[in-house]
Amino acid sequence: MRSRSGIGGMSRFNVTSVALGLAFLYLPIAILVIYSFNASRLVTVWGGWSTRWYVALLHDQAMLEAAWTSLRIAALSATAASVLGTLAAVALVRAGRFRGRTMFSGMVYAPLVMPEVITGLSLLLLFVALDAARGFWTVTIAHTTVTLSFVTVVVQSRLLSFDRSLEEAAMDLGCPPLKTFLTVTLPLIFPAVAAGWMLAFTLSFDDLVIATFSTGPGATTLPMRIYSEVRLGVKPEINAICTIMIAMVAVGVVAASLLAKRGELAKARAA
Amino acid sequence: MAQRNPGDTGSAGEPPGLAALPGSWDELVARPLVQFESVSKRFGNFVAVERLSLDIREREFFALLGPSGCGKTTLLRMLAGFEQPSEGRILLDGVDISDVPPHRRPVNMMFQSYALFPHLTVEGNVAFGLRQDGMPKPEIAARVREMLALVKLDGFGARRPHQLSGGQRQRVALARALAKRPRVLLLDEPMSALDRKLREDTRFELMELQDKLGLTFVIVTHDQEEAMTVADRIGVMNAGRLAQVATPSDIYEHPNSRWVADFIGDVNLFEGRVVSSGLGHTVIESEAGGRLLVTHPTDASAGTAVTVAVRPEKVRIDTSASRVSDENCFAGRVVEVGYLGGVSIYKVALDNGLRMKATVANRTRPVERPAGAGDRVWLSFPPEAGVVLLR
Repeated sequence: MRSRSGIGGMSRFNVTSVALGLAFLYLPIAILVIYSFNASRLVTVWGGWSTRWYVALLHDQAMLEAAWTSLRIAALSATAASVLGTLAAVALVRAGRFRGRTMFSGMVYAPLVMPEVITGLSLLLLFVALDAARGFWTVTIAHTTVTLSFVTVVVQSRLLSFDRSLEEAAMDLGCPPLKTFLTVTLPLIFPAVAAGWMLAFTLSFDDLVIATFSTGPGATTLPMRIYSEVRLGVKPEINAICTIMIAMVAVGVVAASLLAKRGELAKARAA
Repeated sequence: MAQRNPGDTGSAGEPPGLAALPGSWDELVARPLVQFESVSKRFGNFVAVERLSLDIREREFFALLGPSGCGKTTLLRMLAGFEQPSEGRILLDGVDISDVPPHRRPVNMMFQSYALFPHLTVEGNVAFGLRQDGMPKPEIAARVREMLALVKLDGFGARRPHQLSGGQRQRVALARALAKRPRVLLLDEPMSALDRKLREDTRFELMELQDKLGLTFVIVTHDQEEAMTVADRIGVMNAGRLAQVATPSDIYEHPNSRWVADFIGDVNLFEGRVVSSGLGHTVIESEAGGRLLVTHPTDASAGTAVTVAVRPEKVRIDTSASRVSDENCFAGRVVEVGYLGGVSIYKVALDNGLRMKATVANRTRPVERPAGAGDRVWLSFPPEAGVVLLR
C-alpha cells in the first residue's frame, strides 16, 4: 500500500474498487465460514448460531481419518520438498554456468505453470509403469514433486542476495565446504527454507487433483473426502471442516510470509 | 609519515616451524615467505593477472596498490585460495600451495565487507576459526578475550554484529582474522567503509598491531595514501602486471615509468628528447619549448624520447623572472588557485602551451598568496627534483 493515511488518502474510486475486489475474493469464504456456525441442518437456511457441526465432525470417523492422512502427507511431502528444493536452489545459484543451466532452471519452474491435470496424469502413468502400489506414499511423492518448485523459488531468491563472502570467510577460517553450508549458509537461509516448507505444506494439504490421480484405495485425503461428500449434497459438517482448513492454510501462509520477512530483516541488519 | 626500515624484516625472531624445514639457516632467512612464480589468472577471455612474479618477505607489511580492475584483489584471492591460478605456482614457506583448498591454508583474510556471521555473537565470530581447529574451550575463551582486548573491544563479546558501529565491525573482522595467528594476514580494502578520520586512526593501529604481533600483512587498496602510510613495500599493479615494487618513498620519488609517476600522487610531465647526458646530469629539450636540467642519471643516449616528471610540491613559484636561471624555468599565467587547507595548488598555463601545477604550503594565517588567478608567474625547480622516465 502506498498511502499510509488510510482511506482518507484514497479517492472514492480507489475505495470502491478495493471494496469490490475484496468482496469478490472473500465473500464466498465469508459465507462458508458463517454457515459453518448455522444451527439449521439445511445449508441455505439460517437457523441461528451454533457450533454443533464442529462437534458432529469429531464423531465423523471417516472425515477425521482423511484429515489425519492429509496432515501426514502434507508434513512428509513438505519436508522432502524442502530438502530437495533447497538443494536445487543451491545448485542453480551456486553452480555458476554449467552446461544446460538455463534448461535446468526452466525445468525447475515448469511445474509451477503446468496444469495440475497433466502433472497428475503423468504421475499416475509413471506409478502405473513402475507398478507402484498406489496409496499414501504415491500421493506423498506426487506432492513432493509438485511443491518442490515452490520451495526452490523461495530459497533461490534468498540465496541470490546472500553475501558469498560469508561462506568464503568460514572456509578461510578453516571450515570445510559441507560444514560451511551447514553452519553458516543454512542457518542464514533458514527463514526462507521454513517459508518454503509452510507453502509446500499448505499446497499439499488442499490439493485435490493430483491426489485424486495418484492415490489408490485406502488413502483418502481430506479434500478428496470433502469432494466426494459434496457430490451427495452439501452437509453442514463440510462447512465446518472447510472453515478449519481455511484457518490452517491462513496460519500457514501468514507464518510463511512472516518468516520470509524476518529473513529480509536479518539480511538488512547484517548489511 | 612513519617509515620503517624494510631491511630489518625477517632477521628478528625466528618464526615458528622453520627448524623443521630443510636447508641452511641463511637460505631460510633469504627465502621469502610468499612467492608468486609467474602466476596468471584468466576468467574466460579476460586476463586478470598476467605472468606475475612477486616475493613477499617474512614480517613485511606489503601493499598491493592499483586502480580498480588491475588484478590486485584476484592476486589476494589466489593467495587465500578462493581462486586457482591458471598458470604458475604460489609458494608459502617454500611449499607449493596452489592446490591447497582455502580451509587448509595457514592464511587468513579480512574481507572488504567484513563478512561477519550475523547469526553469531562477536565472541562466536572470533572463536569460529579456533573451533574449526578443535582447540580446547578454555583456550578458545582465553584467545577470544586476548583478541578482543587487542582490538580494544573488551566487553563487546556478547553483542551481535548488527549492534555494532562500522568501525567496531571492522575491528571484530580484524580480531577474527588474527585469532588463528595466520602466517599471512590478508586485508582486502579493509578501510574502504570507514570515514576519513577513522581511517587515518585505523592505519596507525594496523601498523602497531603488525609490529606487536610480528606477522606478515598483505593489504589490497586503491587508496595510495593508505598504501604509502602502512606499507613497508608497495607493489603497484596495472592491467594484471606489477608496474613497480619498491618502498613508498622510492615509488614516489623514483617511479620507474611514466604510468607509475602519473598514478601515484600529482605530477608534472614534460615530453622531450635527450640533448646530452653526462655524469650526474641530463639535459632535455622539451617538446613544447624550454630546456630541462636534471641530475637524475639516465643511460639514454642523445636523441632518445623521454618524459621528465616533477612533483608539484618541488616546483617553486615566483612573481618575477630575476632570480631564475635558463633551465627548468617556465613563465606563465595563473589559471586557478585551489585551496586545500594545508596547501594551495596553483594551476598555471605556461607560455609554451603546457599546463603545470605547483603546490605551496600555507604556512601563515591568514594565507598569503604569492599570486592570484591571472597573475604572471615564473615556475622553476631544482635539477634534483626531476626524474627522467624512459617509458
